[in-house]
Amino acid sequence: MKSTRRKFIKIAGMSALGWSLCPALFNGSSRAAGHNEGHSEEHSGSSANAHGHGVRWAMAIDTARMTDEIMQKCIEACHSAHNVPHINNKQEIKWIWPETFHHLFPGQMNDHFHTNEFPERKALALCNHCDNPPCVRVCPTKATFKRPDGIVMMDFHRCVGCRYCMAACPYGSRSFNFADPRKYLKESERTLEFPTRTKGVVEKCLFCYERLAEGKQPYCVEVSEGTIYFGDLNDPHSDVRKVLKERYAIRRKPELGTSPCVYYLI
Amino acid sequence: MLEKAIKGNKLYWGWLCLLLAVSGLGFLAYTVQMKEGLSITGMSRDVSWGFYIAQFTFLVGVAASAVMMVIPKYLHHYQAFGRVLILGEFLAVAAVSMCLLFIVVDLGQPQRLFNVLLHPTPNSILFWDMVVLNGYLFLNILIGWVTLESERKQVPPPGWIKPFIYLSIPWAVSIHTVTAFLYCGLPGRGFWLTAILAPRFLASAFASGPAFLILLCYIVKIFTKWDPGKEAIQSLAKIVTYALIANLFFLGLEVFTTAYSQIPDHMLHFKYLFFGLDGHYTYVPWMWVAVIAGLSAVLILLFPKNRQADNVLAFACLLVFLSCWIDKGLGMISGGFVPSPLEHVTEYIPTKLELMVTLGVYAAGFLILTILYKVAVGVKKEVGA
Amino acid sequence: MYDGGKIIAGLAVFVLLFTFPFWYNIGNAAYTKPKLELPKDAKECVEKTEWMRAEHMQLLNEWRDEAIREGHHTYKNMVTGKVYKKSLTKTCLKCHAQKDKFCDRCHESLSVHPYCWDCHVAPKGDK
Repeated sequence: MKSTRRKFIKIAGMSALGWSLCPALFNGSSRAAGHNEGHSEEHSGSSANAHGHGVRWAMAIDTARMTDEIMQKCIEACHSAHNVPHINNKQEIKWIWPETFHHLFPGQMNDHFHTNEFPERKALALCNHCDNPPCVRVCPTKATFKRPDGIVMMDFHRCVGCRYCMAACPYGSRSFNFADPRKYLKESERTLEFPTRTKGVVEKCLFCYERLAEGKQPYCVEVSEGTIYFGDLNDPHSDVRKVLKERYAIRRKPELGTSPCVYYLI
Repeated sequence: MLEKAIKGNKLYWGWLCLLLAVSGLGFLAYTVQMKEGLSITGMSRDVSWGFYIAQFTFLVGVAASAVMMVIPKYLHHYQAFGRVLILGEFLAVAAVSMCLLFIVVDLGQPQRLFNVLLHPTPNSILFWDMVVLNGYLFLNILIGWVTLESERKQVPPPGWIKPFIYLSIPWAVSIHTVTAFLYCGLPGRGFWLTAILAPRFLASAFASGPAFLILLCYIVKIFTKWDPGKEAIQSLAKIVTYALIANLFFLGLEVFTTAYSQIPDHMLHFKYLFFGLDGHYTYVPWMWVAVIAGLSAVLILLFPKNRQADNVLAFACLLVFLSCWIDKGLGMISGGFVPSPLEHVTEYIPTKLELMVTLGVYAAGFLILTILYKVAVGVKKEVGA
Repeated sequence: MYDGGKIIAGLAVFVLLFTFPFWYNIGNAAYTKPKLELPKDAKECVEKTEWMRAEHMQLLNEWRDEAIREGHHTYKNMVTGKVYKKSLTKTCLKCHAQKDKFCDRCHESLSVHPYCWDCHVAPKGDK
C-alpha cells in the first residue's frame, strides 16, 4: 500500500514536471516548423539579420537644431499615424514627447551652476530600443521582444497588462492603456492604416517597423526637417553612422548597461 | 473534515455572511474595473503599480512566515508548536490565495492570464513568482490537510509527507526571495536596487506574520474556547522580537548606505517617503508612524515581562503589524516609483473603488482563513488536544 | 434512505438548473444559418471556402504570430501556391469590406465575440 502510493506520487510529480517543461523546451522548434510551408522560403528583408550582422536600426537626434515647432510636428505625425489617444491626465499615453535635458539626463547636466542653458533645453524622448532591454528581460509572456534588427517590439495580442515592463524601463518610455483608448480618439481621428490598442495593454514607440518594412523612414524622422538622423548602425555609410562620426553624441543612462540606440547630438 | 465548517453558531455564520457581503462588494467594484479598465485606480503612467501589488508583496511575507514554526517543530522537534502549526499553515494558504487574487485583479487583461503558462518565460521573475507561489499554496494545503487528518485519527502523520514538509522550508524562503527579486533586479529603480531587499523582506515577514498569528491565536482562544497554548505564543513573541530587530537593523543599513553615499538615484526615494519631495508629502506621516511603531514595539517586546502580559503582547503585535504593513503595503511600492526615472514626482493615492476591490480580496482571504481555522479547531477539540 | 426527500428535491433542482438552456429556448425559432454577403469583385479566398469556414480563426492566430513575431509576411495558398500578405485589414478586409455583413453575421448568430475589433479598425463604421 505504502509503496504504491509513493510510486504514484513519484510518477505524478515527474509527469507534472514534464508537462510544465515541455512547452518551454519545444516552443521554439514547433514554431519554427510552422504550419504552412509557405513562409519558409519567403523570408522578407529582416531575416538576414538573424545572425547579428544585418541591419541594426538606430536614431540620432540633433538637439542643437531641434526646435519646439519641429518637436510638435514629430509628435503629431507619430501619434496621429499610430492612433495614440489624447488623454490629458497622469494616465496619459505617449510614444514620443518633449523633455528637458534635466529630466532626460538626470544628474548629468551640472544643474546647480547655471553655466549653460542645457538643463532647460528640450529634446525628444522615446523608446531607446536598447541592445540589452530590461523590459524584454522581465516580460512574463514574451509580449515584448527584441527583433533581429534591434527593434524592441510589442505583440499587443499577447500582453497581459502586468506592467512589469513599465517598472523595468529606466527611461519611462512605456504607457499603459488604463482605459479603452478609443474613448479618447474620435472616429474621425482614427487611421485605418494602424490598429488602435485595447484597454489593459502596454504600448510604446516601435520605431515605425511598419514603415521600415516598406522601405520608408519613421514618421518623426520624415517631418523633422533633417534634425533626426535614422539608419542602419551596422552600415558605415548610413546617415546615422556618418553623423555619429562627425558630432559628439550622448546616450541616456549609459551606466545601466542597456545600450540605447537613440543618440543625442550635442 | 470539511463538515466541521458547516456546523457553527450564529456568530460564526454571521461573520461568514459579513465576509461574503464584503467580498461581494469587492467583486462589484471589480466588475466596474473590468468594464472601465484600471483607469478607476489611482495608478498612473509614472506609478504603474499601486495598492494591489503592494498588498500582494505584504501578504507573500505573511504566507512565508509559517516557516518560522515549521523549522522549530520539524527540525528541532519543538513540540509546543505542534498545537499551533496548523494555524500557521492555514494562514499561509489564505495569504497565498490573496496574493494570487491580487495579481489577477492587477492585470490589465486578466482573461489572458494563461499566456504566462502558454508562453513560459524563465527569464522573467514574474514567471518564477507564479511557480513558487502556486507551489507553496499546494504544499501548505497538502501538508496542513494530511497532518490534521492524521491528528484526527490519532496516528502519526504518514512518512511520505516528510519530504514535502522539509521542502516547504526552503520553499517558504523562496517565495519572498523571488518576490523581492521582482523589484531588486530593475536597473532604473534606485529604491529597490539593493541586495538587501530580499533579506529585508524576509525579516519584516518573520516579524509581521508571527505577530499576526499571535493576534489570531488570541482571537481563536476568545471565540472557540480552545487554547493554542501559552508556550507557543511566548515562543512566537520571541521570534517576532528577533525578526523585528533584524528588520529595523536592515532598514538602518539601507538608510546608511543611501544617505552616506548620497547618490541621488537612491536617496531621492527616501527623501520623498520620509521628508517629502517637491511639495509632495502624502506618505511622510505614514512612514514616521511605521518607524515609531516599529521602534516602540521593540522597546516593549525586549522585556520578557511585557511579552508575558497578554494585553501588552497583543498591543505590541498590533504595532508590529502596523509598522510592517505601512513599510511594505504602502511605502515600498510608491516609494520605488516616486520620483520616476526621469525625476518627475507624480504621487499615487488609491481610489475608493481600488480600496473596495482590495477590501474584497481581503474578505475573500479571511473567508478561506475562517473556514480552515474552523476545521482545524474543530479537529483539535474533537481529539481533545 | 436518510433525508430522502431533501436529496430528491436537491437532485430535482440540480436537473432543472442543468437543463436550463434547453427549456429556456423552447418555442424559439429553430437555428437558421445566417446569409453572408460575399464580396462581388473577388472569386476566391486565400483558401477554399469550407476550409476557411472551419479554420479561419486558427489561420488568423498563426498569421498574427508569424507576421508580428517572426517577420514572415506572406502566405501561400496550400493548393495553388498563390501568394497573399498576412494581414487582417490589408488582405481579409480588402475583399470582405463590410464586416457587418460577413464576419458579424455568423459570430452574432453563434454568440461568439472575437476581440479583433477592439484594436483593428474596420473599414466602415465601428464595431
